[in-house]
Amino acid sequence: MTLAELDLPTTGAPAEEAGEEYYRATQWQLIWWAFRRHTAARVGLIVLGLLYALALTCEFISPYRPLDRFDGYLDAPPHRIRLFEEGRLTRPYILDVEPTLDMETFRTEYTPKEGSEPLPIRFLARNADHPYEFWGMLPTQRHLFQVDGAPIFLFGTDRLGRDLFTRTMYGARISLSVGLVGVIISFILGLLIGGLAGYFGGVVDQISMRVIDFILSLPTIPLWMALSVALPREWSVVQTYFFITIILSLISWPALARQVRGKFLSLRAEDFVTSAQLVGSSESRIIAVHLLPSFTSHLIVTLTLMVPSMIIGETALSFLGLGMQPPAVSWGVLLQNAQNVVTLALHPWKLIPCLFVIVTVLMFNFLGDGLRDAVDPYST
Amino acid sequence: MLSYILRRILYLIPTLFVISAVVFFIIQLPPGDFMSTYIANLEEGGIKVSDEQAEALRRQYGLDRSEYAQYVIWIRNIVTKGDWGRSFSWNKPVADILAERVPLTAVVSLTSTIFIYLVAIPIGIFSATHQYSLFDYVFTFVGFIGVSIPSFMLALILMWGAFVLFDWRVGGLFSPEYLDAPWSLARVGDLLSRAWFPVVIIGLSGTAGLMRVMRGNLLDELRKQYVVTARAKGIPEIRVLFFYPVKIAINPVISTIGWILPGIVAGEVLVSIVLNLQTTGPVLLDALLAQDMYLAGSITLILSLLVVVGNLFADLLLVWIDPRIRFGRVEE
Repeated sequence: MTLAELDLPTTGAPAEEAGEEYYRATQWQLIWWAFRRHTAARVGLIVLGLLYALALTCEFISPYRPLDRFDGYLDAPPHRIRLFEEGRLTRPYILDVEPTLDMETFRTEYTPKEGSEPLPIRFLARNADHPYEFWGMLPTQRHLFQVDGAPIFLFGTDRLGRDLFTRTMYGARISLSVGLVGVIISFILGLLIGGLAGYFGGVVDQISMRVIDFILSLPTIPLWMALSVALPREWSVVQTYFFITIILSLISWPALARQVRGKFLSLRAEDFVTSAQLVGSSESRIIAVHLLPSFTSHLIVTLTLMVPSMIIGETALSFLGLGMQPPAVSWGVLLQNAQNVVTLALHPWKLIPCLFVIVTVLMFNFLGDGLRDAVDPYST
Repeated sequence: MLSYILRRILYLIPTLFVISAVVFFIIQLPPGDFMSTYIANLEEGGIKVSDEQAEALRRQYGLDRSEYAQYVIWIRNIVTKGDWGRSFSWNKPVADILAERVPLTAVVSLTSTIFIYLVAIPIGIFSATHQYSLFDYVFTFVGFIGVSIPSFMLALILMWGAFVLFDWRVGGLFSPEYLDAPWSLARVGDLLSRAWFPVVIIGLSGTAGLMRVMRGNLLDELRKQYVVTARAKGIPEIRVLFFYPVKIAINPVISTIGWILPGIVAGEVLVSIVLNLQTTGPVLLDALLAQDMYLAGSITLILSLLVVVGNLFADLLLVWIDPRIRFGRVEE
């Protein structure tokens, strides 16, 4: 280490801003400060917060239930939300639509009903036709928005006349949580195996590293496909969901385990571990009190960057019809209806769930990138 | 050096055996076998299948033996006779189907890999030498987008876009008139005119990741003292760049083939299903769903083989390129 490197802080910026505070700040405070300055990561955090909030409150946000069918609105396009009535700004409203057959192309087109009245969108109103129980406990009829007299489809409907907006919101529950649950399972596996290998070394290390190398060299999707075919079709949604997350994490933990091992190996030789051993700390205390905290921040980064690959994995499997099965709703299940290019050309709104997947993954990448920059507050 | 290469190649053999065993037993996991699906279909069509007939069918296909025996026979035939078993649903030898599909899969994957390197390395170098320029920002953004869009979704969106905007159907690797035609120059031309589309889609996320790696590595190198020294000596900038830092920065990029290749093979499977390419992807999906175990097993095994052999190749390439490994101690 050269003198220049010891001469902290080279970063300059926070020290100038905060003065003495910078030297007194804990590591986590420094990380938080560095994170706050990363615009993309902040955007990522906010958007992800919104998405997860949507998923949590999807019953309230969406006007209907995911399996409600609307006869007479099969493959209906998204409603246009109108703001102007005869040139004057009014409260947002929609016009009810009805299917008509285009005599030239023989395609069903949806046009506003003849002489239909403007139907204003009512916010936070009760809808007696669509009661639900919030989180399965609180019976209520209130929805974020709804329209009296006709159904409203923000994202259009599918082949069976089900509201795609409602289904996308409910789908967020499975699609967004699969990543988190899967990451928790991978985290436990990775920490356990990587930790054992790194701390004890020797034969344990050799064997687990061989296994890790082996799994890392396998192409994931074919194996995921083969494993998910093994799930019995008659299983309940909860069982399938649980096993899909296990399948996703079975192939994801090695990357984490390898990182944990590397950190353990390098940290074990540090002076503070030796001194802890000298004062008589037990192995488990050294691991829990000294080793783990010193690389928790790095682990969080790896975990954040692992979530999107799990979300993509679930989406891909469900898209192929191997993952979640209808009537369960996830973004991948919704995209099953979007496989045919002719269907897509006629009903492009069926690609909307794609947008949600892409935004989620992008935001997780932003967040992970920002965290990665932030966890090393001492480097430039 | 030679012993290192030999050891790496020998190490392939046990790896492949373990892969084949894992793959075979995973594929055997679903309850029932191809015959139970087949018989169920026959009975739905009103044909009664007696228990004796079912037994006879199972014996004919070797499904009455234990899983372990089935595995041993399968592997023995692959190793000794090059016989990959028989596909139940196609009713022809798996080897025939593989001969048709695997070369195209290999070509598409290989071309995608080459595409990734050809595009990512120059962009990475340029981004690093022009850090914080407009070019750098644009490609940082493109990189984020490329990493974030799963390849099969990109395929879906672009396929839709091409159809709506240009009335162009991109599905398949061949135009209908060349689909079953024998190989000829015209057919190769047809393949080339269509194959670039999936190649670009499969390559995009790898390209995006790799150009970030290249940029980061090169930036680290450019800050080092020896670069300053070289400049101070008056060596032209281009020569400084390509003679030292690029050479060093490129090594980790080559070893990343290890994680890029599984991604390409996995992406190829999904993209080929979406775009209905004549590669192994769609066949694998159908075989898995129909419990056509020898076909599904063989394809998964071959895809893993592609990855493992590709990794070996990357390691050897690294040995050849990096003198520190070539002349020094080879790390295990």
